[in-house]
Amino acid sequence: MAHMMTNNAVKPVAHIKLSSRAQSAKALRVKPAKGAKSFKCATVAGSFMEGTEQAPPDPILGVSDAFKASTSPDKLNLGVGAYRTEELQPYVLEVVKKAEAIMMEKAENKEYLPIDGLPAFKKCTAELLLGADSSIIAENKIATLQSLSGTGSLRIGAAYINAWLPGKTVYLSNPTWGNHKNIFADAGVEWKMYRYFDPETVGLDFAGMMEDIKGAPDGSIIVLHGCAHNPTGVDPTKEQWEEIASLCQEKGHLPFFDVAYQGFASGSLEEDAFAPRMFAEKGLEFLCSQSYSKNLGLYGERVGAINAVVNDAAVATRVASQMKRQARAMYSNPPVHGARIVSEVVGDEDMFNEWKAEMEMMSGRIKSVRGKLYDYLCEKMPEKDWSFVTRQIGMFSFTGLTPAQVENMTNKWEVYMTKDGRISLAGLSAAKAEYLADAIVDSIKNA
Amino acid sequence: MASFWAKVPQAPKDPILGITEKFLADEDPCKMNLGVGAYRTDQGKPVVLDCVREAEKRIAGNFNMEYLPIGGLKEFNDLSVKLAYGDECAAIAEARVASIQTLSGTGSCRLMADFMHKFAPDATVYIPSPTWANHHNIWRDANVAQTSFRYYKPSTRGLDFEGMIEDIQTAPSGSFFLLHACAHNPTGVDPTSEQWSEISAVMKEKGHFPFFDMAYQGFASGDCVHDARAIRIFLDDGHQLGCSQSYAKNMGLYGQRVGCFSIVCSDSEEASAVESQMKAIARPMYSNPPVYGARIVTTVLGDEELKELWYKEVKGMADRIIHMRTLLRENLEGIGSSLPWNHVTDQIGMFCFSGLTPEQVDELANDHHIYMTRNGRISMAGVTSGTVGRLAEAMHKVTSG
Repeated sequence: MAHMMTNNAVKPVAHIKLSSRAQSAKALRVKPAKGAKSFKCATVAGSFMEGTEQAPPDPILGVSDAFKASTSPDKLNLGVGAYRTEELQPYVLEVVKKAEAIMMEKAENKEYLPIDGLPAFKKCTAELLLGADSSIIAENKIATLQSLSGTGSLRIGAAYINAWLPGKTVYLSNPTWGNHKNIFADAGVEWKMYRYFDPETVGLDFAGMMEDIKGAPDGSIIVLHGCAHNPTGVDPTKEQWEEIASLCQEKGHLPFFDVAYQGFASGSLEEDAFAPRMFAEKGLEFLCSQSYSKNLGLYGERVGAINAVVNDAAVATRVASQMKRQARAMYSNPPVHGARIVSEVVGDEDMFNEWKAEMEMMSGRIKSVRGKLYDYLCEKMPEKDWSFVTRQIGMFSFTGLTPAQVENMTNKWEVYMTKDGRISLAGLSAAKAEYLADAIVDSIKNA
Repeated sequence: MASFWAKVPQAPKDPILGITEKFLADEDPCKMNLGVGAYRTDQGKPVVLDCVREAEKRIAGNFNMEYLPIGGLKEFNDLSVKLAYGDECAAIAEARVASIQTLSGTGSCRLMADFMHKFAPDATVYIPSPTWANHHNIWRDANVAQTSFRYYKPSTRGLDFEGMIEDIQTAPSGSFFLLHACAHNPTGVDPTSEQWSEISAVMKEKGHFPFFDMAYQGFASGDCVHDARAIRIFLDDGHQLGCSQSYAKNMGLYGQRVGCFSIVCSDSEEASAVESQMKAIARPMYSNPPVYGARIVTTVLGDEELKELWYKEVKGMADRIIHMRTLLRENLEGIGSSLPWNHVTDQIGMFCFSGLTPEQVDELANDHHIYMTRNGRISMAGVTSGTVGRLAEAMHKVTSG
């Protein structure tokens, strides 16, 4: 299924093309002669940047751009995974507004955070992941760095892998979030894919997944979505997770969890952390990136963490020191605003409970809108099995639409979504559910 | 079971940020932190500028927290490049400037380094000797070859201008040069305007690419236009340069991580292509930049009154530092040190490159509880009128043994 491979990798640009202007001056960037170390460049007439190719728009973030450009009153943005209210407005959590008001009162300074971030944030993020009573935390067997949301945390992890597990391959689910490939590639780490999504059942190809994880060389890195798999919404069951953990243990693999939706998938922080917590109980070492973009609505503040669960506290200290080195050369220290918000919220019992309630509300709205969409789809095209709509979990639904069908969705129906057939339910209102059902049915039948 | 990571060694402490860690661990009540370059009031306290507090009030409750575009807040980028290149800059008017909001100065430099790796993989970056320690880490992690050019002359504690020009001339045509736009870190030694003009001419002749790291605009002399004059000279000479801007010091937004990375291109089409490639590098690093600090900068620079207030406040900070330099030199000369201390007032910006040896720096830390980086760099921003006397005494003690 070629279209499953969400390809937003930038076309590799190995050489800047020479314009005739540059050629008549001096060569801009010719492949140097063997042994030559010098780099010729255009003189006054030419430009260093001449011939730089336009990069393609990001396949996910580019959808929002296209949506903004459209003037149609019917347009619907089901591209990027950002939560919207029933009125299709962005949502700042009440508890976040409270936290910001408290922060304004406190009038704290804006000094640099340590390289590894706000200490209060690091403590609460580790506890959210593993549970406040985790023995791993008590025994200091975890290295935690505050980092730039999910992306930044993954990148630190990837850079760390490149430095300390050179030659190892990272295995990504097929399909996966489009940016995973770029993150590992830019960090110099080779990636391959393991089977994951079964278009026949519109569910998990568990046998294929296990076979591919087993077939990977011992000690490979396996990227796992902690919950609410992006883009498919298909998660392993608890029993399947246990089997995956055992297999990773057997093969000496290093799991790398991407936890971007804790609390957002089922509505429960504890439920959604089942997989990493169970791996930790079993004694596996693993890496884990966390993001507070969705569950606390802190998208633009870039708050997250990279964690390394390690079986020795002294080692954990050294791992942290090396991750700090990576961070220092990328951004020095992480942004303070979002981290303070998280610690305010989690550090106060009432606010923490309020947060949990708002998370339940957000995931509840998504479940409800899934239900409505499912009902309309069954009504309009009863011959197809639409059960995947309510079986899939989290923000996204993998519709199975082909690129041609997706084009129809956009061109005819002004529904903006990614080419891999992924729709963000977070961007759907109950009021537009029927319209979307019409669009999907039309695209399947006629495109 | 052995850990995956059993063989991973402890990384060395960051030479700059590691000083703060040692300082925090020290229990002496009179300890002084002159390590990291963060401004302090004369009471030794961190400060949040009034213009920033006002901007925060205006922002509070009025915005959502949606993802910024990969390139950041457009208004922020537009205001930033105007601040760096001048409101009347032709390149801006002609849409020839590619710009992207970044994670402060570090993030801007890293994007430049990664850009070089991708589009000029055989090029070498020439870095002044000495420089901010993290420059070396950034270009190394980006897998770009680096070498140094002469800059600081220890014998005069000033600029090695002849050495610098010679190294620019002997570098292969089309090399990349990292230049500190003003308030060189760590030495505080800047070229004069005449010297900048000469540097610009030689670089033009050699077809080199100038990349300016401007972390102290406004903070050096107190005048934003004056502090950007090197860049303006280069622009007038037709260089298509790159620039990293940071708002950490001049707007006191340290922990907010706000900066801008820009490259001047030959036409708008090229600028668009370059900008798209900048974004392609940013997306797998952090997806999109943090919004809060950028809103603050946009609010301040976008409002005439707040901008004027900012100009005043940044001049106030620069003036206090200049005053501390004067006091330190007076004190050192006053207690009878026979060594020359004119460099304390000749140098500009946050740092004084004292000339202290690593051993003397260690003695200051261990015996006097005064912390600075081992290259003898003193953050003058951390000196107060109440502590300058003790600092002078301690420096005199360790240098007269």
